[in-house]
Amino acid sequence: MHMKIPAVVSNEPLVKISDLNFTYDQRPVLTGINMTIPRGKVVAIMGQSGCGKTTTLRLIGGQLRPSQGEVRFDGKEAMHELDADGLYATRRRMGMLFQFGALFTDISVFDNVAFQMREHTNLSEEMIRDLVLLKLNAVGLRGAQKLMPSELSGGMARRVALARAIALDPLLMMYDEPFTGLDPITMGVIGQLIRKLNDALGGSSIIVTHDVQESLQIVDYIYFMADGKVVAEGTPDEIRASDKAYVHQFVWGEMDGPVPFQYPSAPYREQIYGAAHA
Amino acid sequence: MLDRATAALRGLGHRVTSRIWRLGFASRFFLATLLYSGTSFRRFFLTVREIYFTGVLSLIIILVSGLFVGMVLGLQGYDTLQRYGSSEALGILVALSLVRELGPVVSALLFASRAGSAITAEIGLMKATEQLSAMEMMAVNPIARVVAPRFWAGVISMPLLAALFSAMGIFGGYLVGVQLIGVDEGSFWSQMQASVDFREDIVNGVIKSVVFGIIVSWIAVFEGYDSEPTAEGVSGATTRTVVTSSLAILAADFVLTAFMFRGA
Repeated sequence: MHMKIPAVVSNEPLVKISDLNFTYDQRPVLTGINMTIPRGKVVAIMGQSGCGKTTTLRLIGGQLRPSQGEVRFDGKEAMHELDADGLYATRRRMGMLFQFGALFTDISVFDNVAFQMREHTNLSEEMIRDLVLLKLNAVGLRGAQKLMPSELSGGMARRVALARAIALDPLLMMYDEPFTGLDPITMGVIGQLIRKLNDALGGSSIIVTHDVQESLQIVDYIYFMADGKVVAEGTPDEIRASDKAYVHQFVWGEMDGPVPFQYPSAPYREQIYGAAHA
Repeated sequence: MLDRATAALRGLGHRVTSRIWRLGFASRFFLATLLYSGTSFRRFFLTVREIYFTGVLSLIIILVSGLFVGMVLGLQGYDTLQRYGSSEALGILVALSLVRELGPVVSALLFASRAGSAITAEIGLMKATEQLSAMEMMAVNPIARVVAPRFWAGVISMPLLAALFSAMGIFGGYLVGVQLIGVDEGSFWSQMQASVDFREDIVNGVIKSVVFGIIVSWIAVFEGYDSEPTAEGVSGATTRTVVTSSLAILAADFVLTAFMFRGA
């Protein structure tokens, strides 16, 4: 797991997002998004809740169709132009960790990790067993193979979901809020696993998160989003040193700034005393 | 005044078009379920597993209800028939009532409440906890892997449950009519055997239960798949499954009966 895979074959980015727009119910969710995910790198997409991070991830995975623009994976045709077979073939080269794991609750940890192998390969059960144990060992949960998802803690469930996501050694790993609701130790464990697995698999990773401090330690590049647009980008050092008001407020967790503390409302005095006394 | 009337009309129009749109979506969903049913038969263990959850686990409620319905039929039937001096025909009354009507209809209503609601809740919760999305991202079609096996399990289970319901009901009628009241046992069974027609009564009853199985399973899987991914959404979908299925069963029963037993 710690062995690095040498030399990335192509210099072409693994994921290229060009002029991406997405509208839901006539409401613009994403506007003019341009991103590049290089091979072998871990890239974070940050921003406050509702800024369009998860939507971007779903567009990359082809779960949503863009209103305009495109997402290209591994230099192939745009995701939204693929037919069902092409889309599924592309998704087999992707892995996704959902916010709360999304483990199948009616089957055991072992069967969850074996799920994709049984669905997409003709491997024998003996081979699947060895591979599943290998994946579970990578996330430190080989001993939990017989447990049911309901018997796992939040952090364990996230690690099992990670083992399941890397079952077929994907070229691209996507993480949707992987640190949400975890204690600091588990958060650190998940962060290190993301980095090590990315280096070991030789692929790329995209982390959608609003956990700044944990992410800055493990990612190579960061895109900051606000109101459906990319408002800043850079390496962790550039982000830490950024003097952009939004980035500064987000990184240092300031209460007020470009993102106001108060939800838009009528003036305070007017609401308390009525319009006549305002 | 005019504004309010316009708004009301617009609201009504919106409700009607959204219902029609949803019906269209449900029909496309049904076709997609049939189209992606290959997995349910190629990997039949997936369907067998669902038959256990929908069919086998519904056995208790079906058998107990069948027994009591048959016992009530025995009591009520005897009370009516003995006024005309034909209490020996109790076997015919119990059997025909059950095989033609009560067996398929009541077992379908019970199936909708017991298994249909469970299917909707399960698929709805899988959606709410992103399990269906995860499946899609793993390049596995949730309609083929989750929906179709549950649909076919319902279709297969329904006629079997209806048959067991009718058998149990006839036994209940026998217990009350023959063992409790004292109707002649020979008349009870022989008249039943002579009057119940395999093609007209039993096959038609089986056809009914297959149709009800399709209706309940379709509604159950669709409501689950189309539910809002929230606790409230899943609860609403579960309720809709029971209500819509029950009404659809009763309406379909009338239509099927009108076609099947014309002048028979």
